[in-house]
Amino acid sequence: MKIAVAIKQVPLRDSPLRVNAAGTWIDENNLSFEINEPDAYALEEALQLREKHGGEVIVISAGPTRVSQTIREALAKGADRGIHIETSSIDTFGIANLLATALRAESPDLILTGLQSDDLGYGQTGVVLAELLGVPHSTIIMQVEIQPGKVRVKRELEDGWFQHIEMPLPAVLTIQSGLNKLRYATLMGIKKAKTKEIKVITSDGAAEVPQASAVIEKIYAPEKNKQGQIFDGDPKAAAATLVEKLRFEARVI
Amino acid sequence: MSILAIVEPRMAAEVLAAAHEFGTSLDIGVKAYSIDAPYTADAYTAAVQELIRKESPQLVVFGHTYQTRDYAPKLAARFGRVLIGDVIAGKPPVFVRQMFQGKFNADVRLVGDGPHFVSIQAGAWRAEGSPPVETFLPSSTTSRQVAEPPFREAARAVDLTAADIIVSVGRGIKEKENLPVVEALAQALGAELAASRPICDAGWLPMDRQVGSSGQTVSPKVYIAVGISGAIQHLVGMKGAKTVIAINKDPDAPIFEVAHYGIVGDLFEVVPALVEEIKKAK
Repeated sequence: MKIAVAIKQVPLRDSPLRVNAAGTWIDENNLSFEINEPDAYALEEALQLREKHGGEVIVISAGPTRVSQTIREALAKGADRGIHIETSSIDTFGIANLLATALRAESPDLILTGLQSDDLGYGQTGVVLAELLGVPHSTIIMQVEIQPGKVRVKRELEDGWFQHIEMPLPAVLTIQSGLNKLRYATLMGIKKAKTKEIKVITSDGAAEVPQASAVIEKIYAPEKNKQGQIFDGDPKAAAATLVEKLRFEARVI
Repeated sequence: MSILAIVEPRMAAEVLAAAHEFGTSLDIGVKAYSIDAPYTADAYTAAVQELIRKESPQLVVFGHTYQTRDYAPKLAARFGRVLIGDVIAGKPPVFVRQMFQGKFNADVRLVGDGPHFVSIQAGAWRAEGSPPVETFLPSSTTSRQVAEPPFREAARAVDLTAADIIVSVGRGIKEKENLPVVEALAQALGAELAASRPICDAGWLPMDRQVGSSGQTVSPKVYIAVGISGAIQHLVGMKGAKTVIAINKDPDAPIFEVAHYGIVGDLFEVVPALVEEIKKAK
């Protein structure tokens, strides 16, 4: 079976982030980037499904030139080939349109992506993609079982509840973090990745991006609303003060 | 012109309150509906699409529930729109939502004509007033998804809800091998050990020790968050604690917003010092 995995490149976790001069996005200078964590789980799931059922895993990502590095890392983990749609757009609907156009040409049996991105956090790209491609979808998936012509999934609900859902293939699933154990790229994998194909779709060849229905006007650090007392400085002194509070205020010691 | 509120049992009163507030700001009325059909993404997309044709709303308001997340983006896409999801404040045409895992807020402005689509974060609007809710029977419930009844996994081995003191650990612990650092603190306090989602995802602690929207909701006397940055999904599971204590190296971590006491510092220095002080105090 042919599985496509839509991945996004986001700033390295715990990067110190600053707002750019215009106040409309983060300052990307001197930042390092990596695969969006839930997308890493989607990729792993695709690789495991291929191991079980055979076929091909294609990674696809839309973003600026730097994104090719993250695609290459996915190839090193075992994806067969990559598609890079070069774009500076960050609009969810626009990106989903670009992905949909590229994926129509591939007609995969299954499309996986992470349930949300660590940057925008909209959690919509997969769902919108399903609508644009006219295929069924399900979200926040904890288990994927391929059956003839269909897929049975375990979907996470609130408060520890789950639900099984079946739908015909092709379908789009958004994958929850933690459903599998991520693999590392092997040295052999890294070596092999160098010769694997990454098809680049430039803005000339890309679908037209529709006008965004919402724009980020500005981003800013949330207003500090700290009511609490913060102890900093020497760890020993801070610990002693906190233990005082645990004894005499919270009264749990 | 109206505001269309889509109400499900979860967050119903909050959605009504938000819809009412948005309606007042635009000087238009609110029509609130609950959908009388079993949920599937396809069925609810079609149902609300039918409601939109009927009501021609300026704005459609949802609670940001797992169900909304499953179908509202599809519905919005059908109208060439993006769902402005998980908003914490604002009113049309500008809403505030968190980005970069709560590190920043963003003002997001709606562009173009309605219908626009917005979902509100749990706890962001106070539930008050309640316009009447109509029940809507969709004309079709055709769906490619076939859903089975919800279920829970076998009974949880750990009931964190009964604990007086919880020591909870997050990504800051870096490696599974470092867990004894926080285990020592839990032991010194006679506390239950809990974790944020990534720790359980990685398999370092079992899933039944997870606190947050997809785990347990706890309200102990004391909750000590160690190396937890405080994403909203975690905060909803523990903000009912009587005393929240945060230990984190990042002074801007959102966890400090809900902490009564906090120590900014390296947990690998602070936690052992804390264990020592507790032992002295006992």
